[in-house]
Amino acid sequence: MKDILSGNEAIARGAWEAGVRFAAAYPGTPSTEILENIRGYEDIESQWSPNEKVATEVALGASIAGARSLAVMKHVGVNVAADPLFTASYTGVNGGFVMITADDPAMHSSQNEQDNRNYARFAKVPLLEPSDSQEAKDMLKLAFELSEEFDTPVLFRTTTRISHSKTMVELGERAALEPLTVLEKDVPKYTMLPGFARAKHPKVEQRILDLAQRAETLDVNRIEMGDPAVGIVASGVVYQYAREAFPGASFLKLGMTYPLPQGMVEKFRSKVDRLYVVEELDPFLEERIRLMGVKVDGGKSVFPITGELDPGLVARLLTAAGAPGADGDLLTEPGPGAEGLPMRPPTLCPGCSHRGVFTVLSRLKVFVSGDIGCYTLGAMPPFGAMHSCVCMGASIGMAHGISKVTDAQGQIKNQTVAVIGDSTFFHSGITGLMDTIWNRGASTTIILDNRTTAMTGGQETPGTGKTLSGEPAAEVDIPRLVEALGVKRIAYMDPYDLTETEEVIRRELEAPEPSVIIARAPCVLQFKIMNDPWTVDSELCNGCKRCLRVGCVALSLIEGEGEEDTLVEIDPVQCNGCGVCAQMCRFGAILPPVPVEA
Amino acid sequence: MTENGTTTNILISGVGGQGVLLASYVLGQAAMKEGYEVKQSEVHGMSQRGGSVVSHLRFGERLASPIVTQGTADFLLSFEPLEALRFFNWLRPGALLIYNTLRVNPSTVAAGLATYPDGIHERIAQAWPNSRGIDATLLAEEAGTAKATNIVMLGSIARELPFPLETWRHIIGRVVPPKTVDTNMKAFELGRAAGR
Repeated sequence: MKDILSGNEAIARGAWEAGVRFAAAYPGTPSTEILENIRGYEDIESQWSPNEKVATEVALGASIAGARSLAVMKHVGVNVAADPLFTASYTGVNGGFVMITADDPAMHSSQNEQDNRNYARFAKVPLLEPSDSQEAKDMLKLAFELSEEFDTPVLFRTTTRISHSKTMVELGERAALEPLTVLEKDVPKYTMLPGFARAKHPKVEQRILDLAQRAETLDVNRIEMGDPAVGIVASGVVYQYAREAFPGASFLKLGMTYPLPQGMVEKFRSKVDRLYVVEELDPFLEERIRLMGVKVDGGKSVFPITGELDPGLVARLLTAAGAPGADGDLLTEPGPGAEGLPMRPPTLCPGCSHRGVFTVLSRLKVFVSGDIGCYTLGAMPPFGAMHSCVCMGASIGMAHGISKVTDAQGQIKNQTVAVIGDSTFFHSGITGLMDTIWNRGASTTIILDNRTTAMTGGQETPGTGKTLSGEPAAEVDIPRLVEALGVKRIAYMDPYDLTETEEVIRRELEAPEPSVIIARAPCVLQFKIMNDPWTVDSELCNGCKRCLRVGCVALSLIEGEGEEDTLVEIDPVQCNGCGVCAQMCRFGAILPPVPVEA
Repeated sequence: MTENGTTTNILISGVGGQGVLLASYVLGQAAMKEGYEVKQSEVHGMSQRGGSVVSHLRFGERLASPIVTQGTADFLLSFEPLEALRFFNWLRPGALLIYNTLRVNPSTVAAGLATYPDGIHERIAQAWPNSRGIDATLLAEEAGTAKATNIVMLGSIARELPFPLETWRHIIGRVVPPKTVDTNMKAFELGRAAGR
């Protein structure tokens, strides 16, 4: 049976077919749908973890207990999970253990563009890279086989264009598994005291040499001979781009990109006139190939080190470098587009509970130490009310550092406030707050508790009282947790009430001790909260545009009756009736919905 | 179509929440049912939050890339006029642009920081003479709900694609909520009539 699956759906299917028993993840674009789809396979125990480090540790535990297990994350998640990964490389596995890293070249939804292929070399583990959904499914099985045969974690890398592209997949089945009933103990293997770890390191080095030998005969690495004038080395989606751009060329198609099959590379070099390495981001393959002493005629000298490639770019850049045989259809430079069009960036939804908070923060001109979530959009116009955002959980520690070295002299604009969402707070904000309290900080933290992981599509958190599969679970009590960390001042505010929000934030900023403000209001998108639309009284509206400062797409300026007369209109389809814009109006021109009489 | 005439490249553009991805899914399933190889690519994650959304759909006998190369699209289906003007130069010379005429303000316009282009329909016609604007949202409302705008848009391109009517109906019937099948079938027919 065939179906059209995204790379993420295919990975989930591949996990099921490969006999995976356990999978854990923290959501992050473009990886999120992998666990959401694995959830549908009842014979895999799957869970969200509070962060990627924990996801990796629980998956490693399941592996040591004998289960094939999977840890899934976006590229920056591997930074968080690097600690267990690097030493899991020493312990090795029992049941196969695979870590999936979904990289995001071009940063469609990320804060950096790191190339996680480098982690394979750094952690000394093998790396597989599928080039479409069929390969994603098939290569995941290979990843588990290699993991068990070579006693190693395996890094499995997709990019956004693999995770979120849909191609056709032939579906297979899952073999029945015996229950795991015996827990075997092996102190030198799994207990990385220095003495045991010293014995492991040479084995890790030998393992990479052995894997390089195996790479010579794996069928995911193959030479596809065409015209010998042009030889292209590629992997992942870039292989597909290059195939499209140079349909007649010769290819060294790599499915395992670390360690590389040196014999195969040398053989390919000997068969082609010119050798090009086509890859996105870092010269990962190119550097390894050059280190073999193999001549490369073009790599990063031809292709950019930033952003994504596409078939047209591969065709044009390699042609300019002197490679013959590009598909003529792809060589035409596209005509000019329309200029000066307004951008359409993502924006806070109408009715979003973050809108009021950022309207007030923008007004207060305080330095906002931000974090990662929908609320990062508070940095965008018209708010411009987020002044730093680095990584998950950074807001609180950074605010503490800022306030430690600044004398605000009582001025709010010289003060800092940390803003963090509930899921991000659980991920890695708690330790930052612990640091603030322990080290006698005085900064204020706002926790935007919208009861979900909103930006990635509404996943459960440790605070929602439900697991990934929807089962009831214990619910983290944020106020009691914060209190246990030593916070004496805990305040609450209704983020839809601008007056209250401003009063509470001002009061807590002025307090000479650390405080936490909790704004608890559920995500309107995730919980499908719909309120009746508000309306504008055109007699009362004088077009002052003050309401537009709330940055809501339901509002727009229209022509009034008189000349040069503009006024605001509310789109009844988009308006979600939160009333925040009405609180900005000084003329009472924005009116609540009239209740329908019974 | 490409030089060898075996691949069709379609780009669908719109605004998050308009149903671009579902429309693309229907096209892909229809192409697969007709025996073509299908590849599709889109970027989501922030798509529900009112940003620009683009889906690439390719079908043919043999394909490699899941994304359409700029300047080689055979069709551009845009769910909003500004998103038609933003992407028309993805079309190959002479290719067809069909767009929904209903304007949706970007957040930059709503905040008063940018202005929506004046005379957008004239600008589209000037930039891409082989374009048709249809009031898809009005037709969807006529069928029963504005939410069926994406199905009207699919109807508007149906005559241009090599899929029989029963294939379209089969796939649409399968992907829309059961209670809305009749409404969506009507929306598809209204789109088909408007797409002439």
